[in-house]
Amino acid sequence: MSDTLHIQHEVASHGHSGEPHVHHHKETFVSKYIFSMDHKMIAKQFLVTGIIWAIIGGLFSVLFRLQLGFPDQSFPILETFFGRWAEGGKIKPEFYYALTTMHGTVLIFFVLTAGLSGTFANLLIPLQVGARDMASPFMNMLSFWFFFAASIVMLSSLFTQTGPAAGGWTVYPPLSALGLASQGSKSGMDLWIIAMTLFVASQLLGGLNYISTILNMRTKGMSMTRMPLTIWAILFTAILGVLSFPVLLSGLVLLMFDRHLGTSFYLSDIFVAGQALPNEGGSAILYQHLFWFLGHPEVYIIILPTMGLASEILAINSRKPIFGYMAMIASLMAICVLAFLVWAHHMFVTGLNPFLGSVFVLLTLLIAIPSAIKVFNWITTIWRGSIRFTPAMLFAIGFVSIFISGGLTGIWLGNSTIDIHLHDTMFVIAHFHIVMGVSAFFGMFAGIYHWFPKMFGRYMNNTLGYIHFWVTLVCAYLIFWPMHYQGMAGMPRRYLDKSSWVSFSQFHSLDAMITVATIIAFSVQLMFVFNYFYSMYKGRRVRTQNPWGATTLEWTTPIHPGHGNWDGEIPEVHRWAYDYSKDGRDFIPQTEPVGENESAH
Amino acid sequence: MQNFLIFAILILGFIITFQIARASEFVSVIRGEEKTRKQTNKINAALLLVFLIVGLFGVYWAHHTLGDKILKLGSSASDHGILVDRMLKYTIIATGLVFFGTQILLFWYSFKYQESDKRTVYYFPHNNKLELLWTVVPAIVLTILIGFGIVYWYRITGAAPENAMQIEVTGSQFKWEFRYPGKDGVFGKKYYKNIDEAHDNPLGQIWEDAANHDDIYVSGQPMHLVVGKPVKLIIGAKDVIHSVGLPHFRLKMDAVPGTPTTLWFTPIKTTKDMIKETGNSKFVYEIACDQMCGAGHTGMRGEIIVETQEEYDQWMASQKSKYAQMKASAAPAAPAAATVAPGDSTAAPASVKAPADTAAAAKDSTGK
Repeated sequence: MSDTLHIQHEVASHGHSGEPHVHHHKETFVSKYIFSMDHKMIAKQFLVTGIIWAIIGGLFSVLFRLQLGFPDQSFPILETFFGRWAEGGKIKPEFYYALTTMHGTVLIFFVLTAGLSGTFANLLIPLQVGARDMASPFMNMLSFWFFFAASIVMLSSLFTQTGPAAGGWTVYPPLSALGLASQGSKSGMDLWIIAMTLFVASQLLGGLNYISTILNMRTKGMSMTRMPLTIWAILFTAILGVLSFPVLLSGLVLLMFDRHLGTSFYLSDIFVAGQALPNEGGSAILYQHLFWFLGHPEVYIIILPTMGLASEILAINSRKPIFGYMAMIASLMAICVLAFLVWAHHMFVTGLNPFLGSVFVLLTLLIAIPSAIKVFNWITTIWRGSIRFTPAMLFAIGFVSIFISGGLTGIWLGNSTIDIHLHDTMFVIAHFHIVMGVSAFFGMFAGIYHWFPKMFGRYMNNTLGYIHFWVTLVCAYLIFWPMHYQGMAGMPRRYLDKSSWVSFSQFHSLDAMITVATIIAFSVQLMFVFNYFYSMYKGRRVRTQNPWGATTLEWTTPIHPGHGNWDGEIPEVHRWAYDYSKDGRDFIPQTEPVGENESAH
Repeated sequence: MQNFLIFAILILGFIITFQIARASEFVSVIRGEEKTRKQTNKINAALLLVFLIVGLFGVYWAHHTLGDKILKLGSSASDHGILVDRMLKYTIIATGLVFFGTQILLFWYSFKYQESDKRTVYYFPHNNKLELLWTVVPAIVLTILIGFGIVYWYRITGAAPENAMQIEVTGSQFKWEFRYPGKDGVFGKKYYKNIDEAHDNPLGQIWEDAANHDDIYVSGQPMHLVVGKPVKLIIGAKDVIHSVGLPHFRLKMDAVPGTPTTLWFTPIKTTKDMIKETGNSKFVYEIACDQMCGAGHTGMRGEIIVETQEEYDQWMASQKSKYAQMKASAAPAAPAAATVAPGDSTAAPASVKAPADTAAAAKDSTGK
């Protein structure tokens, strides 16, 4: 670690005597931990809230998998906790659908969007671009508190008399517009819409901040092409969010109007619960367009940051530059642009114009190309490296493996001819869970294990980390791989009981096995959460400023960075972020000027 | 008591794991952190290789146990389904090659290039030739897949042939209703505000339209199709979005209230053929609702019988038109059920007036 000592010396001797940058303002408990405007604290707030939601959303999946795996059994303990929703110890259909809906909503939006981007964008942007804090620390604080408010409203929807939204996380009208059609479309649906409105506000406040900070507040020498890939990924993620979340909001506003103001944006020719409704002229498909215009970029909002995190962690722990840095940026950009152009591949079987369908097939399969480039680049990054298997590195490698598995089935579904058969079957469930529910989570775990020392000045326990990785990896494949076969048998998704069907009742024992694997996987995640909170206070202390031997700027701050991150001047950057094993040196930090005898890269 | 014991065991198991993990940190300090780290590294590298081998075996094993349970590729019961199966085959080959290639390289490299004193790292930041190679090759493969896919898609979604028989399918919470156009081959007009289940008008048919008089209504019974004869389904829904899922035919089309959709195909295997082919005497073509539609979504099941022309004609001959049934029933024709006032559609339903109470309302409200 001679390079680390070298750097520490450099910073100390080059610190200019000028105005001090450490503001000694008085901090109360409230201003430091609750209404904090420090990006590092806000990142932790996002992460902890995300973790709590992940436990809730994961618990929901354990519950509904009990029904799927053991449809003939009753579990009296369920009635103890859930009363009339699980009468006789069996999960009622209304409860099942509420569980699946909230599982999706909570995990996609609250955990993988807010909990993922919110955490890492806030933590890493100022530290890696060399800024004291975000462009607007106040807006940043608001973005967390709007997220918190959204969480409270969504949580409250779980406790209403008629239950939370139950029409699937996609909440298609007319089902979600008509309380007459479903219990969950009563007050629970109103609360869902309100919560999501607050959530969209949070995302916009955050996203605009991330973009302005990255574009405007980079330190001296940090050109765009010297930024680490994490920042590039987060930049494109923020652009995706800022442009697509408002469209979701518009769709939800129209839905709210249809629900309460007698409008007919989505409703026409409805005869429900024994009565004909007066609404005519609306199109339920309109909602789907508005929803998926966000819905598709949303999944890229989820995966792009994890791609950035994985690129960083793979390079650092292979002691090699990320392969094809410029191609990686170009592919991130291509994914960002194409993400806006493929939404109707979720709508191939709605009866849309076949020509339109073919256009979306073309664009959807195009998006596979930049994703493929990234996978090949990751594999080439570890080739001929010297790999160090920290828990973060294992999760990053696992991320690549699972992304390959899940991404390839996207090519199946993006082809409309195949989608006619596989749409709304378990095959789709397998695809998106592997790519979002596992791969994105693995990227998130990798990020948490890797940057935990930066967040808390301590390490997470390695042994628990290894157990977490291996058990989750195996269980994830056990759970989702066989679902492809269920889909290929035509088994629909969102079905809670297959016993009355001739065509799909052949998977009883498989469903039971999947449920057992789900319970094990969930338990191991609880162990991870314990590791996280325990290590925050009792983890092994970090003793060196740069424990991973990384080149990026966040490791040049003190071990416990305060407000303003750097004690003296913000360091100046002279090179890109990936000089690992160059010219025989283990690594060269970004802050080191280019030497005369250095080879070009 | 049993629950408590299970819970206690789980908690204990967790505490044990945690204590081992904590202890391992102290042990590593005692034995020398560097040495422990190197050893753990070797173990994880080995585990990655083991995972690759176990994983590949798992892929084989999954196919071995589950391969028979899927709809076998090439066994489609419809002409369009043959194209779907063919597309699946090409896609499996293309993605399968990539899957095995990349996974093997990923895990093999992870093992082979583990930290070692014997090797130095190769500084390899970029190589444009490689980037070009793995941009162009996937683009070519995907273009081929897109090409086939779009050609087949246009064939499947194209116009139905002139001689196709037509069946109207209506989804509602939580059943399927079918309507045949009868001898005149024309569906009579309908309007949803005319729906009156109590008076034999579940689809809201406008009885003044003569074309309705021979339309045959089927519910709670299978849909009958003729093998080798193209059929065009005209699909709609009454309340929320449903979807007509036909797994054996490899087809699917959403049923949207207010927006009729169509799906056409030719069944090529009779139900009796399938009973023989699958060896399952209980085989039946099923219609699965493939769009979340409420609490009864799982039970929204329909059946299809594919038979010869003679069998179909025999069945058809025994069917009475809905109009005839309606006229034959005792109650006077009293149409439209009460409509809700515009406004809050989430309000409790207005009480539906019993037919006997309904005044002159009869003919006037059968609007166009």
